[in-house]
Amino acid sequence: MSRLRLFIPLLVFIALALLFWRGLSLDPNYMPSALENRPLPAFTAATLDGASISDTDLRGAPALVNVWATWCPSCAAEHAYLNELARRGVRIYGINYKDDPAAARRWIAEKGNPYVANILDPSGHLGLDLGVTGAPETYLIDAAGVVHLRHQGPVDERVWQRVLQPAFSTLENGASGR
Amino acid sequence: MIVELGHFALILAFGLALAQAALPMAGVLRGVRAWSGAAVPLACGQFLFVLVSFACLAHAFLTDDFSVRLVATNSNTLLPAWYKFSALWGNHEGSMLLWLTILAGWSSAVALIGKDLPIEMRARVLSVMGMIAVGFHLFVLLTSNPFLRSFPNVPEEGRDLNPLLQDIGLVMHPPMLYLGYVGFSVAFSFALAALWSGRLDTAWARWSRPWTTAAWLFLSVGITLGSWWAYYELGWGGWWFWDPVENASFMPWLAGTALLHSLAVTEKRGLFRSWAVLLAIMTFSLSLLGTFLVRSGILTSVHAFATDPERGSFVLAFLGVVVGGSLTLYALRAPQSSGPAGYSLLSREAALLANNVLLVVAMATVLLGTLAPLVVSAMDLGRISVGPPYFNLMFVPLMSLLAVAMGVGPLMRWRDSSGASLRAMLAVPAASCLVIAIAFPFTYAGHWHAGAALTAGLTAWLAATLVAGLRQRLRERGGLRALPMLGFAYWGMVVAHVGFAFSMAGAGLTSIYSDERDVRMSAGDSVTLGAYEFSFLRTRHVDGPNYSAERGEFTVKNVSGERVRHLKAEKRDYHSQMGNVMTEAGIAPGFLRDLYVSLGEPIGDGSWAVRVHHKPFVRWLWIGGVLMGAGGALTLFDRRYRRPSAQQPVR
Amino acid sequence: MHPVRRQRLMIVAFIVVGASAAAALIFRALSENMNFFYPPAQIAAGEAPEGRTIRIGGLVVPGSLKRAESGLDLEFRVTDNKADLQVDFRGILPDLFAEGKGVVAVGELLPNGRFKADQVLAKHDENYMPPEVHEALKKGADPGVALGGGARNDR
Repeated sequence: MSRLRLFIPLLVFIALALLFWRGLSLDPNYMPSALENRPLPAFTAATLDGASISDTDLRGAPALVNVWATWCPSCAAEHAYLNELARRGVRIYGINYKDDPAAARRWIAEKGNPYVANILDPSGHLGLDLGVTGAPETYLIDAAGVVHLRHQGPVDERVWQRVLQPAFSTLENGASGR
Repeated sequence: MIVELGHFALILAFGLALAQAALPMAGVLRGVRAWSGAAVPLACGQFLFVLVSFACLAHAFLTDDFSVRLVATNSNTLLPAWYKFSALWGNHEGSMLLWLTILAGWSSAVALIGKDLPIEMRARVLSVMGMIAVGFHLFVLLTSNPFLRSFPNVPEEGRDLNPLLQDIGLVMHPPMLYLGYVGFSVAFSFALAALWSGRLDTAWARWSRPWTTAAWLFLSVGITLGSWWAYYELGWGGWWFWDPVENASFMPWLAGTALLHSLAVTEKRGLFRSWAVLLAIMTFSLSLLGTFLVRSGILTSVHAFATDPERGSFVLAFLGVVVGGSLTLYALRAPQSSGPAGYSLLSREAALLANNVLLVVAMATVLLGTLAPLVVSAMDLGRISVGPPYFNLMFVPLMSLLAVAMGVGPLMRWRDSSGASLRAMLAVPAASCLVIAIAFPFTYAGHWHAGAALTAGLTAWLAATLVAGLRQRLRERGGLRALPMLGFAYWGMVVAHVGFAFSMAGAGLTSIYSDERDVRMSAGDSVTLGAYEFSFLRTRHVDGPNYSAERGEFTVKNVSGERVRHLKAEKRDYHSQMGNVMTEAGIAPGFLRDLYVSLGEPIGDGSWAVRVHHKPFVRWLWIGGVLMGAGGALTLFDRRYRRPSAQQPVR
Repeated sequence: MHPVRRQRLMIVAFIVVGASAAAALIFRALSENMNFFYPPAQIAAGEAPEGRTIRIGGLVVPGSLKRAESGLDLEFRVTDNKADLQVDFRGILPDLFAEGKGVVAVGELLPNGRFKADQVLAKHDENYMPPEVHEALKKGADPGVALGGGARNDR
């Protein structure tokens, strides 16, 4: 009987551990994008190459939209992996966020260009419409320009394998099946 | 090259930790003395290699090796060398390496200082510490490797250390805190070793007491430093926010304080054994829990490290193994009953029991408040936060009761004290408590305040009971001549209790009597706060090593128009990062009051938003914390710890 | 009763009474001090209570910050891209407060639909990028604890 009493601390701990386990899966940092399952906001902007681009130009096939800036070291960290994804044939658009275009051009020249096109957003207005909370951030859009996923923070092999690629493949298969 | 060397040394240290966990255990089980004895060189070897690894990372920081990702994201060439060094632990990966270094340090300290322990006991303790080390090594190597390089894109400049962390307080705070947190692993390992061997006796309590005290004193100092840092560096004059990270360090402190006192009972009287073991497990578990809460991202807060659910899962699994395992062992092996209680309500045992109950309830209160948001969201009831009023409401009665018990406890005798002699000893303290409680609010502020009366009364109570205790001791031992013979343990207790009184008085009185105003001021304006007049003289542009700042200059005059102090408050803009603005407060410290000015933001037309504070007794908080640490340190010099082997039964 | 038994009983009774009183107090205090978080959209939908301490959060709408001619009264608008909320505040804004960036405020909802903030928070993060918005917004959506960060204005 009194031996059983000694199990009380263990039971309390197990209850707490279950709570933590549940808590981990909740991910308090997850912030659904205001745009999830809604089309990209309409915009017309200049690209890094000086051309003009609008939201409709991003349609046609599933793609990643990567928000980046030269002032953002995590963007530097993820850049090599974006190059790798581009080599594998993933379409990536960049949004150069609150940045200096000249610095951005130097950056692309130095580190390689994984982007199909780079949308300039020096004022951050497009970012605001998108609900960007920081850089880097990456959005997954489908062929119709609808946002399916948003990832905050750098994209690396793990994020790609676990988060982006599964959704990306579904979209691609859906697109080819259509 | 050096960076790879560091990584390699860490892997070797991991191997040694594995051996430290396994070999002595096998030695104990198989009765091979040589294997048990190997615990000592293994623990020292592990420490040596972790230290090499730490030194390599420090080298990378000091030489601005930005090819190391950690250095690139947390340091900068402009950073003063001292902060480059401390930047090492201003981030998740580096701080885990510091954690590991300290853990290995404690275990080699047990190996070297614990020479008088029976070889089997030492083997058991070091084996448990080895297991903990294995867990943390795996955590660092698998999820938080600080030595990752970022080839081929090596940045030319690092991103800089968060300016909030560029401060002497933050250089010292984490190492102290970790020395405390991790130090409790020693008490934990002793407890598990004792459960394992079935020898949960007074010798166990005597062995683990100094280690517990050492960890406790570091944690006390660490928490004090953190509070002091928050006060002057966050710029807004707060000294405790009930933030999850603060709570994470406070809970082990509460449990550790309870442990310290229950070990005293176990050592002297052989009672509370099962309870003391549980507290030892609880204290270290709460340290681990703190790590989990801070690093899993399950709760976020000021100091939150970059969080990662994978790390969270790892720490949770580790927590499950360590805490679940030790509590299972406890349930199966703890002694069921300590026999007849053998003490009366008026005994030191009873007073220490009250202390334990109050401290554990206080700890549970903090735990509940910290976890409530998690519980609510796990039940899908919405997102909540628990405000500081909750904690304050709980702590006032709990700490008041604790202070009452704390006054009586040292005056009581073991087993039973006579009610008459207690009454005689308590008459003066009770009277002085009443007089001060009534007199203080009127003499200090000119009007009644119940909270201030309570605080002042309890402070007087603690002081007077300590004096009464001293008198009693001296009378028993033959007058003042006995003064040098009272022993370090006694003086340690006195100093630590005085420290508590200081902290309690500081917390109470500064909360009650602090005065602050947010005002809009232009150069030449003045504002009156209580008995002080703050005048805004001018702002000037100044340049620091890695920032530029607007410096506001103020003079403070007292009622009679004398100039009391000249204060400089800065608004700093750190170059290396966009938008890293920091408020550097101007503080005139004093024993009885601080004057505090911080610059808010410029509001067009040359005026500034300015916050001025008058904070009476705020220093007492930290004086108290330092005294508690000093008290802990004093007890370590007590005679009986110097030659423990003399008192040990031969086995 | 045997004196030892009586004493034990008294100790047990003391613990039981103390513990239950403490438990009752704790839960009362806890339930009174829980501050729920509401994004502007939920407030617009009328889901938030008036006159109770709550937390709100979102992005500060660019151009919405207005200060009074004198004193430290100010107002700004917070949006979650679905709805806006007008926030009134008197005091010093945290260092990281900026238009277009994230913010969390603690205060109460007034009957006129405005939010009276007692505390405005923005947050530092040691690893994520400026604009620090991220953290504050993250905090906005988190189930975690209110106290934000580096630049917090207590009280």
